[in-house]
Amino acid sequence: MWEMMMKKILKTGRVTVPIPFPAPALGKADGEVACTAALPREHMPALDGGAEREPAPGTRRTPGRSLHIRHLDAGSCNACDWELNALLNPVYDLQRFGADIVASPRHADMVVVTGPVTRNLHDAVLRTVEAAPRPCLVAAVGDCACGSGPFRDSYATAGSVDRVLPVHARIPGCPPRPEDIIRGILLAVPAAPPAAHQR
Amino acid sequence: MSVIAVFEAIAAAAVERWGARLLTMVGADERPRDNRFRLYYTFELPSGGGFVTLVCPLGPEEANFPSVTPRLPAANWYEREVRDLLGLEPEGHPDPRRLVLHENWPPGVYPLRKDFPGGSRPERTAGDFPFLRVQGDGVMEIPVGPIHAGIIEPGHFRLSAVGELIIHLETRLFFTHRGLEKEAEGRPLDRGVFLAERACGVCALSHATAYAQAVECLSGVEAPPRARFIRTIALELERLYNHIGDVGNICAGTGLHFGTSQGARLKEELQRLNDAVFGHRFLRGVAVPGGVGADLDAERIALIKQTVDRVEGEFEELVEVLMASDSFLDRLRGTGRLAPETARDLGVVGVAARASGIDRDARRDHPYAAYAELDFSVPVRTAGDVEARLQVRVEEALQSFRLIRRALAGLPPGPVRLELNRVAPYKTAIGIVESPRGDNVHWLMSGPGETIFRYRIRSASYANWPAVPFAVAGNIVPDFPLINKSFELCYACLDR
Repeated sequence: MWEMMMKKILKTGRVTVPIPFPAPALGKADGEVACTAALPREHMPALDGGAEREPAPGTRRTPGRSLHIRHLDAGSCNACDWELNALLNPVYDLQRFGADIVASPRHADMVVVTGPVTRNLHDAVLRTVEAAPRPCLVAAVGDCACGSGPFRDSYATAGSVDRVLPVHARIPGCPPRPEDIIRGILLAVPAAPPAAHQR
Repeated sequence: MSVIAVFEAIAAAAVERWGARLLTMVGADERPRDNRFRLYYTFELPSGGGFVTLVCPLGPEEANFPSVTPRLPAANWYEREVRDLLGLEPEGHPDPRRLVLHENWPPGVYPLRKDFPGGSRPERTAGDFPFLRVQGDGVMEIPVGPIHAGIIEPGHFRLSAVGELIIHLETRLFFTHRGLEKEAEGRPLDRGVFLAERACGVCALSHATAYAQAVECLSGVEAPPRARFIRTIALELERLYNHIGDVGNICAGTGLHFGTSQGARLKEELQRLNDAVFGHRFLRGVAVPGGVGADLDAERIALIKQTVDRVEGEFEELVEVLMASDSFLDRLRGTGRLAPETARDLGVVGVAARASGIDRDARRDHPYAAYAELDFSVPVRTAGDVEARLQVRVEEALQSFRLIRRALAGLPPGPVRLELNRVAPYKTAIGIVESPRGDNVHWLMSGPGETIFRYRIRSASYANWPAVPFAVAGNIVPDFPLINKSFELCYACLDR
């Protein structure tokens, strides 16, 4: 059986696609970037609202390029979740950028939130981000998380992630395409351009 | 004898004597119309017998009705939902606990009542949910979720296990309840499809099509032939990317990463095809009331054909490798068995039903789109285990490739969208579509001014989630994710 598997793997070859940074300008003027992605913030507000322990001199205030990302579904329809899942497939291969998805908020530099923060998930959302060690970025992926989704006025939701948490990057779309999610996540981190990591 | 008194007897008779299956149940606050609440129990009759709906009207002050759940287990969640959202109490229901609204929601406030203003957000309350406790020597309670370790939707699972053996599983869901049905109320009928296709991501098109069909039924029009064929092609493309992705996910459940990666890259090819041909990876915007959003030109038709032919060959090669792996098959065989009687009693639908010997498929039983004009077969297995659910998906995927080619070859000319007629208020209609997981049933009642008065989505996941604990009990804890993946139910489809 494993000979069949090896044959199939060799036949398939490499399927990973390059991701241009920034996005190709979609009919925009020179110099203008038509990237649907991040609006990174300069400063990192304290996520727990309380006094932050004073970091040692020289400690970075923001995560670097080796970004470990926890996904947090705050009530999405699952389209954004499946696109995040696609980031780990051989075509998008998020790991080639040095970033990875982790299984626990305790291991996370960034929490990527999908969905409009439903009432039933409110506490779980807060506890997950509280559990992440600082510094930690929060990215809102998808229209619902960004506050422009169809459930923003419902009795059952908070309406958007920024009503409940500080948000450092917004990646709108319904759902945003995987390449836009990658761009948004990586551009939220002020470090060397990701293009350097692609062969 | 009042209607209510005989109601429960009639409902039970429908199932026991006519072989009917409970398809959906809807509660509606119709007090603005005629000062009544109403409950609609819709049954599907066997052998193409159509549908029958039993309507139970309740006076404005009446808050109780006789529960049919003791005789029809399939009615369980529907009646609890009516209790939570409308405040109508099913008397004699075995489960008094909340289902849709969790402890953060104050008692006595019912969001689907017409006097609850949409968008109103009551103060959060606190409380505990009484899970069933299994007691005994060595019994451990393992709580999992709602936030899970992978990229997966939220749900809570309370496992009671002795060592690795799961004695009991209790699921607690509705964490992604977004109040979709309330949001729909008051919207123009032709705009509801935008919400319908956002109930879920991977079932988006089947929801949109079911909604469109319900509106077309209310309006007395049928989508034109070319639109019906295009819907069929797109619906089968949705089935394909789901089934192939699900085969990959089942491999992930067994740690066979080769299968996961191959399944994922084929799924990606199909979603890119969706994007190139229809403009959306999840096929949103394709089905609209009256037809489809856009036509297919020769270039797009050629692209569909090329991609489908290529992916079919690759998928067949993938399946060949998987079927040659004894250790993989060993994990699947006998795992997570759902007994046919349980599946029948609970009204299980779709892949899970067909894998447990229940021969039902809405494409054949209640033809819609172009399915009456196309040839295809419906695979059925009896083992009811993870292997059977995998086999059903593989065979359905192979049927889908053929269906797409036949629909492309038989694509008739003509318009792709028709104008809808005016719709009188307080008319009801149902739209049914077989999603990759099973039949999605959309129940719609029109209101004054061509708006939505009441909208109820009963997805395949709604029918199947209650059966998962039965398939899990008696298995080991490490097999739990695998069994879940073999059902691959959506949480969002259920929670709305």
